Amino acid sequence: MLPYLTMNPFGFPVLSTTIFMPLFGVLFILFMSNEKAIKVAAMITALLTLAVSAFLFVNFDPTTTIFQFGERISWVSSFNINYMLGIDGISIMLILLTTIISPIAVLSSWKAIQTRVKEFMISILIMETAMIGVFCSLDFILFYFFWEAMLIPMYLLIAIWGGPNKDYASLKFFIYTLFGSVFLLVAIIAIYLVNGTFSIPEAMFKDYTFQFQFWVFLAFGIAFAIKVPMFPFHTWLPAAHTEAPTVGSVFLASILLKMGTYGFMRFCLPIVPQASFYFAPLMIVLSIIGIIYGGFVCLSQTDMKKLVAYSSVAHMGFVILGIFTFSIYGFVGALFQMLNHGITTGGLFLLVGMVYERTHSRQIYDNAGLGKIMPIYMFFFGLFAVSSFAFPGTNSFVGELYVLIGAFAVNKTAGFFAVVGAVVAAAYMLKLLKQVAWGREDKRDIKDMNLREIIYMVPLAIFVLWVGLFPRPFVNVMEYTLVNLATQLDKVSH
Amino acid sequence: MVVQIPEMDFGWIVPEIAMTVFAAVALLLTLFRKKNSTWLFVEAMPLVGAIVALYFTFQTWNGNIDIFNNLYTIDNFGVFFKGLSLVILILVTLLSYRYIDREDMARGEYYSLLMFGTLGMMIMVSSNNFITIFIGLEVMSISIYILAGLMGGNAKSVEASLKYFLLGAFATAFLLYGIALIYGTTGMLDIREIAGYVNSGNFMVTPTFMAGLALLIVGFGFKTASVPFHMWTPDVYEGAPTSITAYMATGVKAAAFAAFLRVLFTAFHPFLSGWTYMLWILAVATMTLGNITALKQDDVKRMLAYSSIAHAGYILIALTVGDRTLSSTVLYYLLVYSFMTIGAFAVVIILGRQGSPNTGIESYAGLAGRHPVIAAVMAVFLFSMAGIPPLAGFMGKFYVLTDAIRGGYYWLAIIGVLNSVVAAYYYLRVVMYMYFKEPEAEIGAPDVSIGSTLAIAISVVVVFYLGIFPRLFLMIAHTSSAIFM
Repeated sequence: MLPYLTMNPFGFPVLSTTIFMPLFGVLFILFMSNEKAIKVAAMITALLTLAVSAFLFVNFDPTTTIFQFGERISWVSSFNINYMLGIDGISIMLILLTTIISPIAVLSSWKAIQTRVKEFMISILIMETAMIGVFCSLDFILFYFFWEAMLIPMYLLIAIWGGPNKDYASLKFFIYTLFGSVFLLVAIIAIYLVNGTFSIPEAMFKDYTFQFQFWVFLAFGIAFAIKVPMFPFHTWLPAAHTEAPTVGSVFLASILLKMGTYGFMRFCLPIVPQASFYFAPLMIVLSIIGIIYGGFVCLSQTDMKKLVAYSSVAHMGFVILGIFTFSIYGFVGALFQMLNHGITTGGLFLLVGMVYERTHSRQIYDNAGLGKIMPIYMFFFGLFAVSSFAFPGTNSFVGELYVLIGAFAVNKTAGFFAVVGAVVAAAYMLKLLKQVAWGREDKRDIKDMNLREIIYMVPLAIFVLWVGLFPRPFVNVMEYTLVNLATQLDKVSH
Repeated sequence: MVVQIPEMDFGWIVPEIAMTVFAAVALLLTLFRKKNSTWLFVEAMPLVGAIVALYFTFQTWNGNIDIFNNLYTIDNFGVFFKGLSLVILILVTLLSYRYIDREDMARGEYYSLLMFGTLGMMIMVSSNNFITIFIGLEVMSISIYILAGLMGGNAKSVEASLKYFLLGAFATAFLLYGIALIYGTTGMLDIREIAGYVNSGNFMVTPTFMAGLALLIVGFGFKTASVPFHMWTPDVYEGAPTSITAYMATGVKAAAFAAFLRVLFTAFHPFLSGWTYMLWILAVATMTLGNITALKQDDVKRMLAYSSIAHAGYILIALTVGDRTLSSTVLYYLLVYSFMTIGAFAVVIILGRQGSPNTGIESYAGLAGRHPVIAAVMAVFLFSMAGIPPLAGFMGKFYVLTDAIRGGYYWLAIIGVLNSVVAAYYYLRVVMYMYFKEPEAEIGAPDVSIGSTLAIAISVVVVFYLGIFPRLFLMIAHTSSAIFM
């Protein structure tokens, strides 16, 4: 029916099921009062969602560039707004990331959250619905709905269960992101008025005037750059991360930041390609600044969580660098880095959260010398730390390698500075690792990881090594979509 | 000459007649009622009256007829706003029940004035004749002047009433003067005749005519609380009984905007392009000043007053664009705005006590811990006003923005969205107090009654419904505004 969308072949709307499964769970949780039961129900809901998305992944056809599992219902006919869903090689990976992280998030907050458990689980599940929705939407308004709907639960996560300075951090997060989103809204409306439709695929690769592209890119750029966050819009991130509860940080780092880079890939490149070429030098410079600046700030951190937070700024710099090389290597690297950062940094935040539950401090000095006391913990911490600075054999190595290949092909200077950033990353991560493993000699009574904690760390660890050693299956899924994007862009540039 | 009134004409104004009769009956019933009696006849009057009037109003949908020698018009635009003001009457009545007993206000007068006020709105929105519009406006305004001061013995309430009366009378004079000047230059009072005349070609724009138009804008600007004619708003909204504040912020504003829209888009549309600049400034000033001043308010009632000024600014964006095919935006926005505003004021009412209104923001501290449901619904209304999807406020904002960008008013759109970011700050501040601050003083159990619960429940449902399924009411708004095309 539509050239860019194959309809859902199953008897039930599989994408809608994935999106609204968590919300469906919320309906039950609303009427529960036993905290234990609420946690179990949230866990079951998250696992069911994971199951549906796994079904999605299994049935995904990686050999086509058309959006799949399409659903399309008219929503507001007078404005030509449709409830339109569909996924391609980019979104399937991010959906899977979301559905994997969510049960882990529920499990990791089993003990850490003592107050208002019900509201907490409801917030997490609503977040999950909104996040999956963002990646599935093929209609701008639907997209914007989910995009903004994420804001409230995330705001509540920080503001209710956050640290001592949560008022400031949550408000800054909200106002900052809202500031970005309203420009997104303006850009969306501008595109609608040119096209007469809010359909995202129909807006791609059209002949817009350069002036139009210029302004739309700026509006998109502000919205996404804040979300990523790119230097110099990154200041909300450390504040939000430091004050957020562990789960909040995990969601922020693993998924919310991906919204920005996803936006660049899904909107900026295909919809306003000429403007993207025009702005590419600026974006590359900002991403390099982010990589190097983030790295050096990390070097001087004494707070573990802040360190991991700033390392996000650097990692996301790599993603932006990969996207704006406009090459297939850059794209594959960027998408890999998005997943890797989600897994690795999410894992690091979980590990920092674990040690905080035990020592009630996030200072590196207070948590030093854990190597002898917590061997299992140290294994995971070591694995994720080396993964964070792209040690060969771990997932980030694959991603960064692709990005660097792409970058060197485009601009040697950019590639050089990115490598410098990678070296700085090794420096701060090894410094952290050394301190935490061997920093102190005194005996302390700290328990090692328990079974529950091991259970939710193992899948992440498997992913780290799987991607690091054998990335081919993942490349297969994303390849066609990204090659298509690169070829289309190549056509436009000539 | 024998003036003939065709018999059937009265059939069209049954809603207005019903309102009048029920208001008069309410007033009469009060005479026979002992103090502290538990009879509820008087209380029932506005509800029954509004429902009866609503029923007959819907009967006139697609009526499209001029009656009483063109002094009165039944069209879908009027029906839309009549319906809206009747629904507002129902909601305001529901949340008044406990409140006016608490504040010891005269019941009979209160309810019948409320109905007379609504009657004024209904007249005002369904005429194409300046005189009828003016009569409607006055019926409405005089009722409100009294209602604002009905909290006898409360100095602030009396001050609000006096202030509103003095300034309102002044603004009315402006409006009337404007009408007089326009009548002087054209010799006509019917806005469609004026439209025909100014389009006919043998019309010369004179300074007098333009001065008349300017004075009209001032008069309507006052009633819609647009900057710089807004000075009365914060004091009056703060001092008046809260239920009346809700009524003024929604009903009066909606009716005033309806009349403004009708006059501007029917008679003066050819000149609108010349006035765009002025309306542009009006819109920007109204949004910005409303929002910036709201930032510093520590009183929730007063904050809502400034926020209602800001919302008037958003509506003015749609007016500035001046595209007649897009006027449904104004209708939709007013619809959305009315429900979320009444909802928020309802929460303000139930948190109050006799003698202590508890409108300071510190009274909201820790509300979520003590009364999670009240805090949650208040959060819904505030997030909706901030324009966060999937709530109705977002849809309103979205349509306004679409209009502005479609009309090429990019800066207006950008100033609008930046304003909505500023607004998010002070709405969130209340949410923060409710959820994250420890309560400073015990304010006691909320004064919840069946009426206020019902009003809040209706508002919440509508705010979600209009946000997620805007299609139906968007179509209704579109059909209603078809009279301008």
